[in-house]
Amino acid sequence: MHEKIGIPNLAIDEPLIFELGNSGRHSVDFEKTVLSPGSGDIPASALRSDFDGFPEVSQVELVRHFIRLSQYNYSVDTGFYPLGSCTMKYNPRVNEDMAGLAGFASAHPEQPATFCQGALELMHRLQRCLAEITGMDRVTLQPAAGAHGELTGMMMIRAFFRDRGETRSKVLIPDTAHGTNPASVAMCGFSAVPVSSGPKGYLETGDVLELMDEDTAAIMITNPNTLGIFERNIADIADAVHDKGGFVYCDGANLNALMGIVRFGDIGCDLMHMNLHKTFSTPHGGGGPGAGPLAVKEVLAPYLPVPLISRTEDTYNLDYDLPKSIGKVRSFYGNFLICVRAYAYILALGGSGLRRVSENAVLNANYLRKKLEEDYHLPVKTETLHECVFTDRKQHGYGVSTLDIAKRLIDYGYHPPTIYFPLVVSGALMVEPTETESLQTLDRFVDAMHAIAREAREKPDLLKNAPGLSKITRVDEVAAARKPVLRWIKQEAVNGE
Amino acid sequence: MNIPENLRYTKEHEWAAKEGSLVTIGITDYAQQSLGDVVYVEMPETGAEISSGESFGAVESVKAASDIFSPVSGEVADINRELDEHPEYINRSPYEKGWIVRVKPSDPGELDALMNHESYRAFVLKESEKY
Amino acid sequence: MDYVPNTDKDIASMLRTLGMDSIEECFEHIPKGLRLDGPLALEDGLDELRLVRRMRAMSERNADDCSSFLGGGAYRHFIPSVVTHLAGREEFYTAYTPYQPEISQGTLQSIYEYQTLMCMLTGMDASNASVYDGATAAAEATLMAQRVTKRNRVLVSRTVNPEYRAVIKTYAEAGSREVAEVPFNERGTTDPGALSSLVDDGTACVVLQSPNYFGLIEEPGLYEKAVHGSGALLVGSFSEPLAFGMIRPPGDYGADIAAGEGQSLGMGPGYGGPFLGILGCSSRFVRNLPGRIVGKTVDMEGRTAFVLTLTAREQHIRREHSTSNICTNQGLCALTAAVYLSALGADGLRQVAALNHDRAEYARKKIQEIRGAELAFDGPVFNEFTIRVPGDLHGLYERCLEERIIPGIPLENRYGELGDCMLVTVTEMNSLEGIDTFCGVLGKILS
Repeated sequence: MHEKIGIPNLAIDEPLIFELGNSGRHSVDFEKTVLSPGSGDIPASALRSDFDGFPEVSQVELVRHFIRLSQYNYSVDTGFYPLGSCTMKYNPRVNEDMAGLAGFASAHPEQPATFCQGALELMHRLQRCLAEITGMDRVTLQPAAGAHGELTGMMMIRAFFRDRGETRSKVLIPDTAHGTNPASVAMCGFSAVPVSSGPKGYLETGDVLELMDEDTAAIMITNPNTLGIFERNIADIADAVHDKGGFVYCDGANLNALMGIVRFGDIGCDLMHMNLHKTFSTPHGGGGPGAGPLAVKEVLAPYLPVPLISRTEDTYNLDYDLPKSIGKVRSFYGNFLICVRAYAYILALGGSGLRRVSENAVLNANYLRKKLEEDYHLPVKTETLHECVFTDRKQHGYGVSTLDIAKRLIDYGYHPPTIYFPLVVSGALMVEPTETESLQTLDRFVDAMHAIAREAREKPDLLKNAPGLSKITRVDEVAAARKPVLRWIKQEAVNGE
Repeated sequence: MNIPENLRYTKEHEWAAKEGSLVTIGITDYAQQSLGDVVYVEMPETGAEISSGESFGAVESVKAASDIFSPVSGEVADINRELDEHPEYINRSPYEKGWIVRVKPSDPGELDALMNHESYRAFVLKESEKY
Repeated sequence: MDYVPNTDKDIASMLRTLGMDSIEECFEHIPKGLRLDGPLALEDGLDELRLVRRMRAMSERNADDCSSFLGGGAYRHFIPSVVTHLAGREEFYTAYTPYQPEISQGTLQSIYEYQTLMCMLTGMDASNASVYDGATAAAEATLMAQRVTKRNRVLVSRTVNPEYRAVIKTYAEAGSREVAEVPFNERGTTDPGALSSLVDDGTACVVLQSPNYFGLIEEPGLYEKAVHGSGALLVGSFSEPLAFGMIRPPGDYGADIAAGEGQSLGMGPGYGGPFLGILGCSSRFVRNLPGRIVGKTVDMEGRTAFVLTLTAREQHIRREHSTSNICTNQGLCALTAAVYLSALGADGLRQVAALNHDRAEYARKKIQEIRGAELAFDGPVFNEFTIRVPGDLHGLYERCLEERIIPGIPLENRYGELGDCMLVTVTEMNSLEGIDTFCGVLGKILS
């Protein structure tokens, strides 16, 4: 059983930064100017006059404020984070230092190529590594996130067909897909056509054959899918799609399950994005920045975003000569400092290391599945890889839902798993431990889940009122959405203070 | 689950009622239950032309958002402005205080093609998640 | 180093629980023909010491000892140590998206503060929690304007950063929407007459940038009436937010949407990323803002709490009907900006803006005195300006590089008609001595 978990820092309620400090305080100083301000010829009508409300805090107040805020956060560095489809693995410290090297961090994107060979070399080498891992021919590092990579891929597919005078209007999307898939598709003017997963939790070739036609540009597949199940019919599905001239796009969010085990380019996929902030250990940052490189087969290479990173002998260059390119999906070349972290990770692991990562990610997940399946309902019995999905069906009878289980886990010191996704599973609880968790951590998590299952039967109120040990209890999301308050506004002082 | 007998229903869980020369439209009790607490309703402008089967607005909750599809074609005669301040009317009273728009139908016959309360009840019972 | 804690003993124990003999059994259900039968062709993993040496050597092949006058959408500014330390708190950067508010109040409150600071900086009513960069912010702004006005046509001034215009075009092309460009006049700013004649009742928005790509401060007041008069929205874009420590921000000059780059707010140029896309708008468009937004609420005990809100707009709920496909944004960069602006406060912001302008003016005046170089445009600027070298600009550029000076960005590949021009940027990072040396070198080369 768990001991009561204390909260650091006495859970002091930290005001907003705007409510701290005092007029005239500052945290940083700058030297005085030589010319008096505005002495250029900026007309008075263009000058700003209102600076009201900005914080005025001393450096010590600034530091305490943000340190206290940081202590309200749960993070990978503080505990286990079994969020399905997010791959919350450990973020190696050395990668942070490498991204902080002056030559990388201070490099300006407009520096002439001769002055940034190191950056160009790193990007080129990373592209080659990612191409090798995925079995694809060419890679672009420009997309800033997975969804951005999807969008880029869809744009390239659209450009391919337009180049041939074809207008295909549909993209097939499995019902287990992440929400970004249909959203990315819609942004390119395609309609998302849902394909139902079969009763075993993976796509059946027949269902795809029925829907695939010459008006369908592509199918978007996540493999393994969001149930953690390998799409075993992928080769036949790819044939069915290719037969009608379509593309197979692979959402690589779950790549952590298969590195060194399956290469998507070898099994019929034509393009694939990766999430560096998932599989390749770059930090999640509280919601980014990530990076979503896109790997493609040679047939799509003419449509890649510019510039390409090219190499002649030992010199690297930015190449804008790609007449059929879709253009640019963001400024400059991509989230370079995230690429630095991912490249350092790949260098540290090497080929066999990456395979060991996937093997252990899958072993850990299967271990959890085995230990939890008695207490929690497993809707699909098919083999799973690096994640698995439970439901709250066994707890329903006690009036307890997936949400309650998740919130009670917080009181046991864990971040809840992904809840209510994928949508095809009612009350889904998606667990992905990753390979960087030890057996002891997994066993303690199992103990907690076991205890919660018992509480659901004997004392369900503990779950319904959870969490009780965190800084705040459940929040009123309805009020937040009905009457949104999205910023602090300076109130006029009462009594003129 | 409340399914009034005097209304007609669509597969997208809207209800429609003939009121004089107009058709009043809202979403069903089943729909509001699935959505949860409604936080916002996106409504068309009065005078807007809408077509049967087309989306003319949306109902948003914290965890879901549903487009509202029009069961009839015509012109928007009136919208329920009370929903701006009281989106919860859709949860508390989906068939009365929670009405959304009133439409002047261009083809009153379209209403007859919709499901009656028995067909809708059977339809809802069949809808369930897969696994 | 694979960061896998489980030893062979741990693994053996787990396999016993699973009734398996080896890890390979976990993958046996995958058809054999789909599985790799050999190792990946990558070199063996490096231990940390060799890794560090390899990466350091690579970083040293990037020159960081040059005197740089580069800008054009990425800026070198001073990053106070306290900013790096606070944004480097592991509880911030190893946390996930704050979907469980009870254990994410750190991230949520800091982003709420970020949103507030962006509203203050840009003069808008509301801001989201970030998008990828200034270019995608501008593209998302045009999509937003199309949704709100239900019109299809987008006008973009040619004085908007070419990277932003390229991304707006790529996004518009994907959605089969029309983008037309508004020319600039001989003053280097958007031509008001051309704008008035181009904007019509099919125009969703007009995108302007101030300070513009040439560094010039535009007069949006000249265009605001024409834009709003036709029912279009005004998108105020920007690439140098520190300018708003001195000049009027988009909210002040009537923009409906502000879309720009926040990299100057405490982040290095990082060879182009990660950056920070700032996106804000008037309150009446809030439900059309893409991306994540943090709102204030209370918990069950009535305590103040922060939570992701208006989530129904987002992809995980609306899916193909969402306002955007954006999921992961630039959370840590937003936090960095919040810390930076809180560290500076209004006074610091004014001071650093004054320093930038001061240095740019100093350089601008000295360059004007050099024979062979002239200002391409002579309107007021913030910290960037465009010079013209009627002789051999290319040769000048190469000679400067030999002196370890990067003199600016030659414009010939971006503006064909300005093939003899170069964008020069001066910030608080350029010392007066450095500027003197630069002008000395220019003078020597051009004489």
